[in-house]
Amino acid sequence: MSRHEATAVATTIAGGDEGPGESLWQGAFKRLRRNPMAIVGAFIVALFILVAVFAPLLTPYEPESREWTNLSTNIYVQGPTGEHPLGIDAFGSDMLTQLIYGARQSMIIGVVSTGIGLSIGAFLGLLAGGLGGWFDTIIMRFVDVLLSIPSLLLAVSVAALIAESQFGLMLAIGLAQVPIFARLLRGSMMAQSRSDYVLAGRALGLKRRTLVLNHMLPNSLGPTIVQATLNLATATIEVAALSFLGLGGDKPYVAEWGRMVVEGEGKITIAPWLPFYPGVCIAITALGFTLLGESMRTALDPKQRR
Amino acid sequence: MLRYALRRIGLMIPTLVGLSVLLFVWVRLLPGGPERGLVPPGASPDDIDRISAVYGFDKPIHVQFLTYVKALASGDFGLSIRTNDPVFSSFFDRLPATIELTVCALVLATVIGIPLGYVAGRRQGSWLDSAVVSASLVGVVTPVFVLAIGLKYVFPLELGLFFTQGRESRGSQNEHPTGFYLLDGIITGNLDAFTDATMHLVLPSVALASIPLAIIVRITRAAVSEVIHEDYVRTAQAKGLAASVITRRHVLRNAMLPVITTVGLQLGLLLSGAVLTETVFSINGIGSYLFDAIGNRDYPVLQGYIVFIALMYALVNLAVDLSYGIIDPRVRVP
Repeated sequence: MSRHEATAVATTIAGGDEGPGESLWQGAFKRLRRNPMAIVGAFIVALFILVAVFAPLLTPYEPESREWTNLSTNIYVQGPTGEHPLGIDAFGSDMLTQLIYGARQSMIIGVVSTGIGLSIGAFLGLLAGGLGGWFDTIIMRFVDVLLSIPSLLLAVSVAALIAESQFGLMLAIGLAQVPIFARLLRGSMMAQSRSDYVLAGRALGLKRRTLVLNHMLPNSLGPTIVQATLNLATATIEVAALSFLGLGGDKPYVAEWGRMVVEGEGKITIAPWLPFYPGVCIAITALGFTLLGESMRTALDPKQRR
Repeated sequence: MLRYALRRIGLMIPTLVGLSVLLFVWVRLLPGGPERGLVPPGASPDDIDRISAVYGFDKPIHVQFLTYVKALASGDFGLSIRTNDPVFSSFFDRLPATIELTVCALVLATVIGIPLGYVAGRRQGSWLDSAVVSASLVGVVTPVFVLAIGLKYVFPLELGLFFTQGRESRGSQNEHPTGFYLLDGIITGNLDAFTDATMHLVLPSVALASIPLAIIVRITRAAVSEVIHEDYVRTAQAKGLAASVITRRHVLRNAMLPVITTVGLQLGLLLSGAVLTETVFSINGIGSYLFDAIGNRDYPVLQGYIVFIALMYALVNLAVDLSYGIIDPRVRVP
């Protein structure tokens, strides 16, 4: 039997516990569409992405313009008017514009930081789970050490290390996610390594690399993808928290939701809505990713398959 | 049980050693070298050299590492750059405030969270269940400091309830033998001091409790709804056991395992949440100490804080694992 045929056999065995003609992902997608929580989550996420991508088309104003500083002073902040539906922010820019561009900022930070965490973490998890042995021991001990620090503190210590820049912030949040991804992927790879199709693949003489990359990895990705979705929610909240702690860069008037909450708090007695709007934006975005991630987790749960 | 405990304690050691190595490297990766973190900005090169010599940064790396491990083991985290006070003793002065706050938050989260989660789990699909699940979702996605700012605005400013600054009213002459203000009020028999401290503690505790509460509710709900469908519960019902006995001995005892882990894991969350909460409510705990340290790039404090939190985290995890051994006899068998 050639290696190619062996691969095909192993694949058939791998898909064996599914119904005829339906893969794990197809079944999961079906269940996802029937779940109202997933629909709401997907709707929020889609809206968030659309706003972030088409930000310039949605508002006539420039972000961070500070054009109306006379309407946002220490004793008076202008509320909603026809020209500014949500009023003026703490630094004299249009509030709605700041919120819209904040979505863009939040998406870039979330995607890049989760991308960093996912790629490094998954790489480590893949090495640990795929190679096993002393490699596994070393990587997992390292991950244990990182897991002994709460992720916000981990992000804080990295952010304090690297220069204050947007990329530094993303790197900090991303690196703080590495241990979760590493542990998760390694765990599901380990679970796969004892399953029948891996045994079959090994018996058929597949190379370890083929077995790990073409069979074990695709079958282990589910929980990692779910975690990535959930981490987009965490990242949105963590950026805000780092901004609050003064690690969000040196521009206070920037269109970033966490920063807007912090700066808005300074004027809360005269304009209580200033921190309220960006706070709600953070919560709704996090809610969207959480709902979507949680429903994906349920949909991919083998117990749900019939 | 003793063997299990000892083995579990032994497992902590590699993690702590790894962490100290990591921190050693971290300080040496600081922009401009480790001495950079110890001098105020704008120090002359001569000053930097002198600091280097004092701290031994000019010595070979293995000598530095030994000195560092010795200092850590004796609880010497160095001096704060800003105040020049020993980091370790500053921690201990501020620790009661943080413990008081986190314990109150954790108690609040557990006392409300477990019954709510239990009821929701028992009546899955009811309106009560949906309400509890939705509320816990909102709790999870609301950033701690946003909630804290909101509470701070709504209650004292709009409704005139509770206090938002510090731990007791300005100018109080209360005695503080332990540093735990609630406890001090009781010990000294000063009821006014106790009430005053409580009024200051309510809002920070609620803000800090929100996320752990939401998580505890969800875990309890999931655990209970799984356990009530187990065969042994049906058997117990078939045997004709009283509902209260089934609840206590069969459902709760089995459902509590994941809940205890979760409660333990919340400590890490609470300690990082305390950084935000203490800052918003001007509480003089280790959280606000870290906030100041970040603002001033006070690396010895930052380093000490991380070691301290990791140690606490490890100890709590140990306690959780040991309590597992007590609740679930199967765990003790190696």
